[in-house]
Amino acid sequence: MDIRKVKKLIELLEESGITEIEIHEGEESVRVSRGAAGSPVTVQGTAAVGQDAPAAALNRADGSTARGAPAEPVLEGHVVRAPMVGIFYESPASGKPPFVELGKAVRQGEILCVIEAMKIMNQIEADASGIVSRVLVENGEPVEYGQPLFVIRES
Amino acid sequence: MEHAGGRGRRCPAAPSHSTGMLEKIVIANRGEIALRILRACRELGIKTVAVFSQVDREQKHVLLADEAVCIGPAAPSESYLNIPAVISAAEVTDAVAIHPGYGFLAENADFAERVEKSGFIFIGPKAETIRLMGNKVSARNVMRKAGVPCVPGSEGQLSEDADEIARTAKRIGYPVIIKAAAGGGGRGMRVVFSEASLRNAISLTRAESAAAFGDDAIYLEKFLERPRHVEFQILADEHANVIHLGERDCSMQRRHQKVLEEAPAPGIDAKLRRRIGERCVDACRAIGYRGAGTMEFLYQDGQFYFIEMNTRIQVEHPVTEMVTGVDIVKEQLHIANGDPLSYRQDDVQFRGHAIECRINAEDPESFLPSPGVIDHIHQPGGPGIRVDTHAYDGYRIPPHYDSLVGKLVAHAETRELAIARMATALSEIVIDGIKTNIPLHQKLINDAAFIAGGTHIHYLENKLGLR
Repeated sequence: MDIRKVKKLIELLEESGITEIEIHEGEESVRVSRGAAGSPVTVQGTAAVGQDAPAAALNRADGSTARGAPAEPVLEGHVVRAPMVGIFYESPASGKPPFVELGKAVRQGEILCVIEAMKIMNQIEADASGIVSRVLVENGEPVEYGQPLFVIRES
Repeated sequence: MEHAGGRGRRCPAAPSHSTGMLEKIVIANRGEIALRILRACRELGIKTVAVFSQVDREQKHVLLADEAVCIGPAAPSESYLNIPAVISAAEVTDAVAIHPGYGFLAENADFAERVEKSGFIFIGPKAETIRLMGNKVSARNVMRKAGVPCVPGSEGQLSEDADEIARTAKRIGYPVIIKAAAGGGGRGMRVVFSEASLRNAISLTRAESAAAFGDDAIYLEKFLERPRHVEFQILADEHANVIHLGERDCSMQRRHQKVLEEAPAPGIDAKLRRRIGERCVDACRAIGYRGAGTMEFLYQDGQFYFIEMNTRIQVEHPVTEMVTGVDIVKEQLHIANGDPLSYRQDDVQFRGHAIECRINAEDPESFLPSPGVIDHIHQPGGPGIRVDTHAYDGYRIPPHYDSLVGKLVAHAETRELAIARMATALSEIVIDGIKTNIPLHQKLINDAAFIAGGTHIHYLENKLGLR
């Protein structure tokens, strides 16, 4: 679970009237709770977010993924990866329908999404043809270079 | 195309010492300097964002940073030199400032400008200062006006008039060295020993400069045959406070790459240090310098001659930190935050002597790079020993970047004792799995001329039989 998701949870909590959110993802879980008015939001997690991770990561010799890379599930099909750092948007403008959805047939060169970087909206094209079988990121989510965005089941 | 934004827009933070410290910065570099910057941030409570290329995921500072963003593939042009990628990473993480380290984009004025235009603080001087010092001709002019002694040379860049150039060279006196205005750091230079070879050398250097730096402007300097390389460390804040932290001797070089550095420079008396230091401070004040910077000189026959200024933190900053007790990287962060300098000139004391050995992943004899996996690293220790390295057991050195594995620094009350401490440290340090230049350092630390002190910039190459 990476820090950006935790941050999103905190934002969700602050924007809404909820006092506590807890989510579980596999073996990891995070609980974010609001204390008394004015007291800071507290975060408790079972995932190693911060100090604990480095020692474990540095001593490993088996080549397991470092903290910098979120553990990637095995994706079957052609994975479309982000060619740049930025914010992922699923549609050309807010309110407009998304470029693609699960199950949509796409052709190579068709626009799948937009990544905003430095105030420029970059249209990201499909580099394969087929059916969109997975959408791996959410609208408005920051993405890094190489991050998987979609899976296309090639026809 | 517009978006209300699925996430809040970051408010550019105005640097102000009354509102605390920078909240979060992007470390736009890699290797040992990225770790150095991360450590300073940790001490000051600044959150860190590590940006890294696909082959650098396992770097120590990436694993330790609060956040990490992959910004591109291995090739530097697509990652560490990729301005939009670095700035975009700052945007998506809501960082307030970017520290460029050394190399890569550290002295790229366009980068500094775009960082600030995008609403972030560039941890370094203003873009126009970088531009001014990046052009070696304008840098010389500025320094001359400020009373800093320069190497005798052409007044400005050379014209196309071959006769005029020949007259200038004659006035300066052979041998002369042709330098690219847009060059620096040993690149884009050619020595000419007599008028006969001048014309060809000019054409060649112009062509090389155009190809390497996109600018064929060149200038002439007197070629000093056995100078030492002595540089002064400067710190300047945004409140017109400027101080110097003394000098470093970096004469031990191979192909313009520093191998070993020390502070203070052997044989420089306190009066001369004060005088040159004051000139440097005056010059930096005159140009409105901000941040950490280094003024490089050639020192020969008791005279200092300015050659260029580096507008960034330098690799060898630890030796200055050891003899002055000043944390230069923390000062950079304070300066970027708008704080006044933590020290006045009177506060700066020089205690003892420090030596730094640059440990590179290279064959100690052929100097060919030796990337690969560090099976085992054992660091030395004890009083006065400092090791700045990002290496750890199992770390894989990628082949795409420089070969610096770490810096071994020894400090003691005297130069003699610092040499003894370094010799001990070099005998203790173990780096298995790759080749390193540790054997070369062991030779140098025992070298009679080095031990006597004051060797010039060609000494090492002569010793290695390269000249």
